[in-house]
Amino acid sequence: MSLLLLNILLAIAWAALTGSFEPVDLLFGFGLGYLVLWLITRMGKTPKYFRQIPLVLGLLGVFLVDLLRANIRMAGIILSPHMKLRPAVVAVPLILKSESAIILLSNMMTLTPGTLSLDISTDRNTLFMHTVYLDDPEEFKRQLLTGYERRLKELFEA
Amino acid sequence: MLREVVVVGLILGGAIFMALAGLGMLRMPDLFLRMSSSAKAGTLGAGLILLGAAIHFDNFSIYTRALAIIIFLMLTAPVAAHMIGRAAYFDGVPLWEGTVQDDLRGHYRASTHALETTTIPQNDRPITDIEADPETSDFDR
Repeated sequence: MSLLLLNILLAIAWAALTGSFEPVDLLFGFGLGYLVLWLITRMGKTPKYFRQIPLVLGLLGVFLVDLLRANIRMAGIILSPHMKLRPAVVAVPLILKSESAIILLSNMMTLTPGTLSLDISTDRNTLFMHTVYLDDPEEFKRQLLTGYERRLKELFEA
Repeated sequence: MLREVVVVGLILGGAIFMALAGLGMLRMPDLFLRMSSSAKAGTLGAGLILLGAAIHFDNFSIYTRALAIIIFLMLTAPVAAHMIGRAAYFDGVPLWEGTVQDDLRGHYRASTHALETTTIPQNDRPITDIEADPETSDFDR
């Protein structure tokens, strides 16, 4: 994470040199610093940091799109005269080990399509989720595993 | 002009999502479904309204404040939903009869409030579980 700190410092340095701390300048400085850091660390093995930044951006993008999709789907259910509901509480085994990754996963699940994280088992192995519409429990678990959980695993535990 | 259209769109969209969440609270049959209607829409609705306000004022310090509020909402709303859901489950709030599957049943230990992966003996379960099984009479409420 010290590379992130260095990158932020470079962004501030850029803004100081251009003499304007406008958000656009800071963002441009960050991008420039990212490029410079990537160039000077390219000699050896690529540090984790350069894989993490695109992963974070990808995750954020997918999450925001899902948040909007979840709300539109929920609005459709609420507005239909006969609400199509098949609620269920499903236990999903977790492959994530790090606590912050689990917290992020359960928070994101609450905010995205039809699901609500109810609780995590005390031994951190199982996530209990409430879902508005359950077709097939196995399919549901598989979808979760291939979506957010895989991304978070790459981000936190690669 | 264009900015005004964007601002109006964002604030109107946010208000509509929040109104629908309120309607969902009235129409949904049980507490857990009501929560999944309100936890999501509340966050998105508030987020859109904040974003609209920030774009309207177009000031750096207001952008950062709006962003901070949105991030804190996204971090805290799911935690609140989790705590309410857990407390409700322990307190015996029934799930809707149309619920097709309940994997939580039999996994809470009432004496320690721990959630275990193994099945818990009948006499150490929260109220919700006991009510669901009428034949268990050894638990005196």
